[in-house]
Amino acid sequence: MIPELGNFALIVGLAFAICLSVIPLVGVASNNLNLVRYARPLTFGAFFFTLLSYVLLTVSFINDDFSVLYIVKQSNTLLPLQYKMAAVFGGHEGSLVLWVLMLTTWAGALAVSSKQLDEAFVARVLSVLGMVIVGFMLFTLLTSNPFERLLPNFPSEGRDLNPLLQDIGLIVHPPMLYLGWSGFSVAFAFAIAALMTGRMDAAWARWTRPWTLAAWSFLTIGIALGSWWAYYELGWGGWWFWDPVENASFMPWIVGTALIHALSVTEQRGAFRNWTVLLAISAFSLSLLGTFLVRSGVINSVHSFASDPERGMFILMLLCIVIVGSLTLFAFRASALQGTSKFEFYSKETFILAGNIGLVTATATVLLGTLYPLLVDALGMGKISVGPPYYNAVFTPIIAGLVVLMGIAPVIRWKKNKSGTFRKELGLIALASIGFGLAFPLLYGGEFIGWVAVGMGLAFWLVTATLKNAKNNISNSDGRMDFSRPTQSYWGMVVAHMGMAVAIVGVTMVSYYETQLDVRMDVGSKVELSGYEFVFEGMKDVKGPNYSAKQGQFRVFEAGNEVAFLQPERRNYLVQTMGMTEAGIDSTITRDLFIALGDPLDNEAWAVRVYVKPFINLLWIAAALIAFGGFMCMTDRRYRAKKTATETQQIDSANTINV
Amino acid sequence: MKRFVLFLPLLLFIVLGVFLYKGLFLNPQAMPSALEGQPVPAFKLLTVRQGDRVVTKADLKGDFYLLNVWATWCAGCKIEHPYLLDISKSGVPIYGVNYRDTIEDSSKWLQDYKDPYQFSIFDVNGDLGVNLGVYGAPETFLIDHQGIIRMRYAGIIDTNSWQVKFMPLIATIKQEIAQEKAL
Repeated sequence: MIPELGNFALIVGLAFAICLSVIPLVGVASNNLNLVRYARPLTFGAFFFTLLSYVLLTVSFINDDFSVLYIVKQSNTLLPLQYKMAAVFGGHEGSLVLWVLMLTTWAGALAVSSKQLDEAFVARVLSVLGMVIVGFMLFTLLTSNPFERLLPNFPSEGRDLNPLLQDIGLIVHPPMLYLGWSGFSVAFAFAIAALMTGRMDAAWARWTRPWTLAAWSFLTIGIALGSWWAYYELGWGGWWFWDPVENASFMPWIVGTALIHALSVTEQRGAFRNWTVLLAISAFSLSLLGTFLVRSGVINSVHSFASDPERGMFILMLLCIVIVGSLTLFAFRASALQGTSKFEFYSKETFILAGNIGLVTATATVLLGTLYPLLVDALGMGKISVGPPYYNAVFTPIIAGLVVLMGIAPVIRWKKNKSGTFRKELGLIALASIGFGLAFPLLYGGEFIGWVAVGMGLAFWLVTATLKNAKNNISNSDGRMDFSRPTQSYWGMVVAHMGMAVAIVGVTMVSYYETQLDVRMDVGSKVELSGYEFVFEGMKDVKGPNYSAKQGQFRVFEAGNEVAFLQPERRNYLVQTMGMTEAGIDSTITRDLFIALGDPLDNEAWAVRVYVKPFINLLWIAAALIAFGGFMCMTDRRYRAKKTATETQQIDSANTINV
Repeated sequence: MKRFVLFLPLLLFIVLGVFLYKGLFLNPQAMPSALEGQPVPAFKLLTVRQGDRVVTKADLKGDFYLLNVWATWCAGCKIEHPYLLDISKSGVPIYGVNYRDTIEDSSKWLQDYKDPYQFSIFDVNGDLGVNLGVYGAPETFLIDHQGIIRMRYAGIIDTNSWQVKFMPLIATIKQEIAQEKAL
């Protein structure tokens, strides 16, 4: 009964979404304010019934209702409760319901918090969101319904959740990632509404930017959680593999980064309008493309979902309708007018534009690398795969160039900067950065490594240039400090850029100074790595709720003192009969000690892999800083409702619509 | 002319879309097995039912034979088991590779469901499986008189796949043997 109610709720949600995508637009076209005002209640309806459907699916999971095919595939009575709830989105069908739930949540949030915006414009935006929701709901209901029953003969026990996914990482990573991906639909809907009305002004950018920042910040967290999960759960010791699925989440992030910067130019200078709209369309299109790549199985990946050509065809159609439709609209409706504001070569506009081009180039290289195997295969030229060497070779130089720009852009002025002034301000810092970069690898590692010099030099440059600029901005004319002088969004930028510097340090250190050892260890034997001594004290049998495991006991000593006690495991999950390696990790800010068990050898000996990873935790700290910076920008006072400004604005835009 | 530039993103996507569409009909998993045309990898392992008999590659005998990767935890193996019994009765030797399993479970399985294998290699750590490039069970390799892997078949063997995939290749191998004898 409950699964049927869930299915029914989703269908009712679909009905609301269909109405949402039609009625407000009819209202706008026929100047009927009553119809326009249906946009909000219809959005709430779609949200409520999707939420209901999701909750009912979760309840079925908790009740172990194995008459539902999807639950048989994903769950088991022995599965702990928190994983039963996470198993809801552990497979293809349920994760789509989560996608739809996130989409309707964004739409609902927009409906609640957009009271001060122009009514007709919001109605258009919600309508466009409604269309996207319809697309995904149809996809769920027609090709991947999680409520499908196995009647009358159903199994008494489920096949259990993939052990890799039985982890805190799974509970938090997908919701964050989907929140980010689907959040770009709001920026997309704003862009489409802008193309419909021809309204792409500063006000439009000011409405769009906080939503884009929110989506982008969630995506940052989602990607970082995924990377963290891969690091400690897969037991390979890596944190980024340039796998197609990772790229699928990374490309919208890079374009999203370009978009939030372009939006700030549109907002403050009214420039780059077409470019901004195109980026907004691209960010969401890349999210959809990512979904297509992951779900259709066209590309080989370590963690793609089970592929199904029918689903692939459906989502390709969805992709084509969305992208061809929006790009056609763009081609015909993008404003052919030259931007009204002019700027010279030495100006913030130029540097942000250069940064944008860099980011788009970076996205294109990742896209090319991801799709290249498919292109070559489709042209009948054989099977190849593109790996990390390609990405490292092309991606790193682009990022290096971008970081140079990141130091300059905040310092330089809008519109026109005397060419000499920023050189005077940053010249000394540039020299110091080069010096620091050259000296660092010699002092830290004792030998010169080119990329370490580049990485550390750039990080130093970014930190010092950003702080110098911040210091200038908080200094009053009388020399006193006033932290409230710059806006909150300025501080958000500072925090996020600092996060970027921290990330560069982390990536550089862990890439070049990580040490690794694959050894056979007998009970009582010890190995040494980077000044740490690892002693293997033997194995213990341990039992979890749905697995049994062999647990290694390792003590780690540094200069004779015990610093860590690590217990890596080899787990055997009872239902899926799948072996799993659970790494033993000891973390401090400066290094991780990481042990993964390999295979058992003769005489109680084990194959063991040991890593010492310097500063890897900076990566997660960096992601937190970047996301926090995004949230700080988003909550800036200027994006909040202003009662007094509301009325004038409404009259204004009402006029533009009637024209 | 200016308007034309605005059409560029659309044109780019249409080209991309064509490739994505073609991609749907390709199978990225269908990697030609690197082992086809290669000899069976060397091994030295125990068997499931013959106590401490150690078998090696040299114990695999026959003009052509099947190497069938199976396990008691594999549902597909249960489905294909009757077909393997039939094939074995028809005179084709089958050697089992008992993949990542326990002696107790697998001996009981062979007792309960009958044993189609000449013997089953007990590959508890999956080393032989890894060397064979096994993704999972069931997988079956067709090997010729010179110990060369001629085909790798992933999935359940049934009447249809046996007749379509295996029979023609077995005929070819028989021909080759006849030709070599004639020389």
